[in-house]
Amino acid sequence: MKKVFERTTGLTETPMRYCPGCGHGVVHRLVGEVMVEMGLQERAIAIAPVGCSVFADEYFNCDAIQGPHGRGPAIATGIKSIKPECLVISYQGDGDLASIGMAETIHSANRAENITIIFINNAIYGMTGGQMAPTTLLGMKATTCPAGRTVTANGYPFRMCELLAVLDGACYLERTSVHAPANVIKTKKAIQKAFTYQMEGRGFTMVEVLSQCPTDWAMTPLQSIEKIKNEMIPYFPLGVYKSPDPKAKTVPVKA
Amino acid sequence: MAEKILMKGNEALAEGAVRAGCRFFAGYPITPQNEIPEYMSWRLPEVGGTFIQAESEIAAINMIYGASSAGARTMTSSSGPGISLKQEGISYCAGARLPIFYANVMRGGPGLGNIAPSQGDYFQSTRGGGHGDYRVYCMAPGSVSELANFPKICYDIAFKYRIPAMVLADGLLGQMMEPVEFNFEPIKPETLPEPAWVLGVNKNRERRIVRSYDLAPGKLELLNFELEKTLLEVEKNEVICETTKTDDADIIITGYGTAARVCKSAMALARKEGIKVGLVRPITLWPFPKKVFFDLADRAKTFLVVEMSLGQYVEDVELAVRGKARIELHKRPAGGIPTAEEVFELLKKLAGR
Repeated sequence: MKKVFERTTGLTETPMRYCPGCGHGVVHRLVGEVMVEMGLQERAIAIAPVGCSVFADEYFNCDAIQGPHGRGPAIATGIKSIKPECLVISYQGDGDLASIGMAETIHSANRAENITIIFINNAIYGMTGGQMAPTTLLGMKATTCPAGRTVTANGYPFRMCELLAVLDGACYLERTSVHAPANVIKTKKAIQKAFTYQMEGRGFTMVEVLSQCPTDWAMTPLQSIEKIKNEMIPYFPLGVYKSPDPKAKTVPVKA
Repeated sequence: MAEKILMKGNEALAEGAVRAGCRFFAGYPITPQNEIPEYMSWRLPEVGGTFIQAESEIAAINMIYGASSAGARTMTSSSGPGISLKQEGISYCAGARLPIFYANVMRGGPGLGNIAPSQGDYFQSTRGGGHGDYRVYCMAPGSVSELANFPKICYDIAFKYRIPAMVLADGLLGQMMEPVEFNFEPIKPETLPEPAWVLGVNKNRERRIVRSYDLAPGKLELLNFELEKTLLEVEKNEVICETTKTDDADIIITGYGTAARVCKSAMALARKEGIKVGLVRPITLWPFPKKVFFDLADRAKTFLVVEMSLGQYVEDVELAVRGKARIELHKRPAGGIPTAEEVFELLKKLAGR
């Protein structure tokens, strides 16, 4: 019988702790597949954040380091400085990247650090039980905005690809999702591009992946997929926001 | 014959680190240590190293965390408020057993404080400083020459025991100029063997993980006890303390860093008057030279502690003396600098003059 699919050796065999329907598992698989297929596994170093993916160092089958909340890009800066031949991946959630780590995110992009951020945007704080995130949508309920996020109390959700797109140091920024197979494939292609540009030394790369969180969205996995389609994507449009490829069609960002 | 160079304290510290093999520095400006990042910004590129002015002290310590995990001899520096910001990162380094080196050039506090010298960060420096159970090897230089030569000792300790190491200075030491003689051959870090835990290109070896957590039931407790074993080794083997004229002393005067320099002058004035004063100047504040104090308290029944803080250093002296002698404290916190004359007056009183 012909084998058409197998677990990637880019992931360890440690069972993951993610919830049913969560996007983390899918993105982990893609990262593992891409690093192996591109022959980069032996030189990959993954940085695990604080959040649901805090144990990512147990899942990625490469050298790894787990760091303080939000500081992945700074850690990546330090590692890449000493080992520029390595593929340095900072895997982060929305609280990690856009709240406590906002400065590190912006400054590492601005410094054109040759690192790749894999940004899992599920608009909620998963690990800690469902608090509001910097990307929680207006009107969306969370444990720290039980009546729903409002502008007056909490400000607007951040659009991170758009925010970083104006920085000259940002080389490649794409927003994708993993709610449907076509989008999963696009996410894998985006990760391939990001890793390629990093190894070419072209600057900062980030793939922002809209992800489902059925548990803290208080939904079934199928309902969470609908939420991605009907609520998340309209506010966080999918597409390439920055690319060194002059032929790439980028999403126009309102100034 | 080693040459003597006239150097400013902060610059001597930076040069000492570079000669000890430092090849990565990340830091942020804060008075009174700005000369350290400024010096590193041109000196590190000369030796093929990297200097980054980070966006914050927090970003800097995390760059250190990353660069250290990749095997580099790294350094960061700051003053009180910035060292406070770094504490989470230092705790991570301690938990992950990474060798790191940093310097605190103390200023007045708490809060914004002032930019005058002080010794107000003693507790922070000698009790770990951040969350959790750990200690940092803490060296207190008393001269620009010591500032220049202590980084080498710090790196040796940090890499031997896989603990953080620091130099605790103050704004006075950082700004003063004195002749410096380096007492070690410059280290070429590329000639050193790469430690077995360094992250990097994996050629047919087990993958490596740098982390400071373990969720397996009971495992973190075991790791803590393992670290404790290491710290007990450091306490046993790596105490450095300088004693002067203590053999016949009735009164022991003690301080570290700048305060010890003042104590030395006060001791000279007292000895001229026939008062038998001896000086204990700890060079490692952690590990503390407990035995030196404990043994001296058999003979000398009065200790005068001089510190540029509000009563931090004295607690370790009291713990070490264990009630065997009377301890007096002279405090000059938050920018106060004791003079030899005022300390001499206290010595005279203690001697019953």
